Amino acid sequence: MTDPLNIANDILLSPSGLQLTDIDELMGRLAGNKIDYADIYFQHSRQEGWSLEDGKVKSGSRSTDQGVGLRAVSGEKTGFAYSDALNFSALEKAAEAARSISNHGGGISQISFEARTAPALYSTADPLTSLASEDKIKLLQLVEAEARASDPRVSQVMASLASVHDVVLVARSDGEMVADVRPLIRLNITVIAEQAGRREQGSYGGGGRYGYQWLFEEDRAKSFAREAVRQALVNLDAIDSPAGTMTVVLGSGWPGILLHEAIGHGLEGDFNRKGTSAFSGRVGERVASSVCTIVDDGTIPDRRGSLSVDDEGEASQNTVLIENGILKGYMQDSLNARLTGTHSTGNGRRESYAHLPMPRMTNTYMLAGQDDPAEILSSVDSGLYAVNFSGGQVDITSGKFVFSASEAYRIEKGKLGAPVKGATLIGNGPDVLTRVSMVGNDLALDSGIGTCGKDGQSVPVGVGQPTMRIDGLTVGGVEV
Amino acid sequence: MKDSEENTTGVNAGLSDAVQLALEEAGGRGASSSEAAASLSQGLSVNVRKSEIETVEHTRDRNLVVSVYFGQRTGSASTSDYSPAAVKETVLAACNIAKWTEEDRCIGLADPERLAKDVMDLDLYHPWTPSVEEASSLALECEASALGADARIVNSEGASVDAHQGVEVYGNSLGFIGHTQKSRQGISCSVIAGVGDSMQRDYWYSSARRLGDLDTPLQVGDQAARRTLRRLGARRVPTCKVPVIYEAPVASSLLGHFISAISGGALYRKASFLLDHLDKKIFPEFVRIHEQPLIVGGMGSAAFDGEGVATSARDIVSDGILRGYVLGSYSARRLDMQTTGNAGGVHNLTIDAGDQNLEQMISGIDEGFLVTELIGFGINNVTGDYSRGAAGLWIENGEIAYPVEEVTVAGNLKDIFQNIAAIGNDVDPRRSTRCGSILVEGLTIAGD
Repeated sequence: MTDPLNIANDILLSPSGLQLTDIDELMGRLAGNKIDYADIYFQHSRQEGWSLEDGKVKSGSRSTDQGVGLRAVSGEKTGFAYSDALNFSALEKAAEAARSISNHGGGISQISFEARTAPALYSTADPLTSLASEDKIKLLQLVEAEARASDPRVSQVMASLASVHDVVLVARSDGEMVADVRPLIRLNITVIAEQAGRREQGSYGGGGRYGYQWLFEEDRAKSFAREAVRQALVNLDAIDSPAGTMTVVLGSGWPGILLHEAIGHGLEGDFNRKGTSAFSGRVGERVASSVCTIVDDGTIPDRRGSLSVDDEGEASQNTVLIENGILKGYMQDSLNARLTGTHSTGNGRRESYAHLPMPRMTNTYMLAGQDDPAEILSSVDSGLYAVNFSGGQVDITSGKFVFSASEAYRIEKGKLGAPVKGATLIGNGPDVLTRVSMVGNDLALDSGIGTCGKDGQSVPVGVGQPTMRIDGLTVGGVEV
Repeated sequence: MKDSEENTTGVNAGLSDAVQLALEEAGGRGASSSEAAASLSQGLSVNVRKSEIETVEHTRDRNLVVSVYFGQRTGSASTSDYSPAAVKETVLAACNIAKWTEEDRCIGLADPERLAKDVMDLDLYHPWTPSVEEASSLALECEASALGADARIVNSEGASVDAHQGVEVYGNSLGFIGHTQKSRQGISCSVIAGVGDSMQRDYWYSSARRLGDLDTPLQVGDQAARRTLRRLGARRVPTCKVPVIYEAPVASSLLGHFISAISGGALYRKASFLLDHLDKKIFPEFVRIHEQPLIVGGMGSAAFDGEGVATSARDIVSDGILRGYVLGSYSARRLDMQTTGNAGGVHNLTIDAGDQNLEQMISGIDEGFLVTELIGFGINNVTGDYSRGAAGLWIENGEIAYPVEEVTVAGNLKDIFQNIAAIGNDVDPRRSTRCGSILVEGLTIAGD
């Protein structure tokens, strides 16, 4: 049985004695008149985590969370309540609370749902049961052994393995009912290397909407371990980072976090409807150099940031945000699309049933350009080459964003110089990409490790980009 | 507006029952020991924007976490469902995990003699259950005061009023069971000044256990407006090294980095830049940092920690010297030390204030940077390397000269701690960390 609707019915409704007709009735209570839109979001989520340190898998955990979020929208007003009890009377109470934004009583409407199945971008199989417990332990031990065998300077290895099986069912007041079954796995390795009393850290990992078998294919698990070790060893030789504004070359893949922070958040529909983003009202304007085309694409099979349907039941899309440097559009959820007279772009996401949906990114990346990555490096007389990052943040109103390098090198006369200690890079979203002068032909997506936070809600996302040259970005080092 | 006392005996009993059932079930399945924590939190958040209600959120969250021990092996599991069947299923899931985890001599419950005996009532529970109308009218008043403060305030992210309360029960198979009830009310406001490329946003909030201890909506709105307006016209500065004052609301982040570095997990993993620094001087002599867990009504007060261990007041740093680490039972055993009652974190961490207020601190600086906002996560706990995005106000000749943005502040935390030159008496009362503004010499500002 792989149809998401059947799975949702079996996991979410049947065990609680709920019928599809109960949803009709609940929706009737939630979406009386004066309510423009309402939805009911059922979710059942199981997660597990195993972690290793000192060569032993000493802890493991399992969690189960289920509940229903009920939302009623009237104009710009949203009423929201949720229940972790899946029985009709608790849901009825939550529906009353959610519709309290519209205290005009009103009749109870009758809605009959049409169930719809979106083309699945990933398997519905449960990742928690995709490998025997014994083999999960062995996998972590294998990763540890690989890291230790890579270099004698490795003094600590910490590894963790986690997965989620998320079953959701969305019923909307327009009569649509959609289910999605979302697997997600992740393996992470952190090592500490020691040399002459100095300690440095390296981290790597990956995952996506797969079963655990993916980690064994193409030597992935072991190669993640070797990559964590490589980064730690590079940092053992790192010198202080320069401070000031200089030419910066960003590597391909995970450095795409630049796009997520510098322009992604600023192009989310809620901020633009409210006019609080530095990109508000700028569709059609040039916000990047002509070599930049950037998309948000939730439709790539099996990716961490992908969704067959978003948390409002809309099919994911590949949305062009910036085309040849010109701002083309924003990422929308249903509320912000309705209020601005546009259409949802399938970016309505929520952390769980206990959170309200809002416009969020999926996989955000820049398309490949024409330049040879080696030529991009050799074109720089003096600057910084940053290839790995630990995280970032943005103030969407002033447009100022940061992202922190965890692996970077000096560039001197077109050649790679000494590794430098992690520095935070800072820039201004609306103009940083106007200074992109070269874009590589080596587009890569990240390995499946991104988590984005907004208004206290975390969701899995992806980023990517080709190698890119930026003529002037501020590097927050200590060497003046 | 007044506090409303609510009978929570029923709620407490429900959580206690779930904890007791979990412990019994674990024993029945052969666990040599076990512990369980159950929580219920509920509340209301109302957000208004541009003089209209925007969102009304009713929240209610439950969680039960169970850990079982079979000798020196452990497993844990959690659920949001408190039905007896779900509790039993959760215990079974934890037991199944414990079949596969490996032995560790340090794992287990806290030592029995360290468990809290007489649990003091710290007066942390003053629930307020406003109607949507009552909460929204306060939020509207708050936003109106910010929007009306100055014609340059042109847009708003809104104002919010939150009323939350929660109950937690922790129990273990040594017979310990402890209840904690806490409430937290809040009011916040965020507004925007300027247009286009010159837009600036800032915010302010008040947070307290008791409604009566909150700042008024007018005060919060006015402060949000004032902080936003002072950022208008922000510019960059040339790259330089100058004294930096961390304004009290951001200064507590420095203490957070310090606590991370002396926490048991970082120490036994040798992942801290303060490894082997016990009894060493890591701050200037005038610095004292201590914990005061038993402050009545405190934002970070707790009579026992996450393992039931009694908390107590203690110095972590005195005369600039590191006197103790931050440990729970597991990390303490790893380090051949004793728990410090910090499973789950520190309680009312306090850095003793000096005798200057922020204005006096500024007046002593020829050229420097007052940091009012930090963004990003450029902190390396292994090496102490520190580099974060910052915005704030430039100081010239002892006075605020102009606003600054799009720069970074960078250094190494070991040096930053040693180079603290003054601690203000402008303690931020909203946080569980009690900290005034902090002046640090010799940080690098990267800009133009």
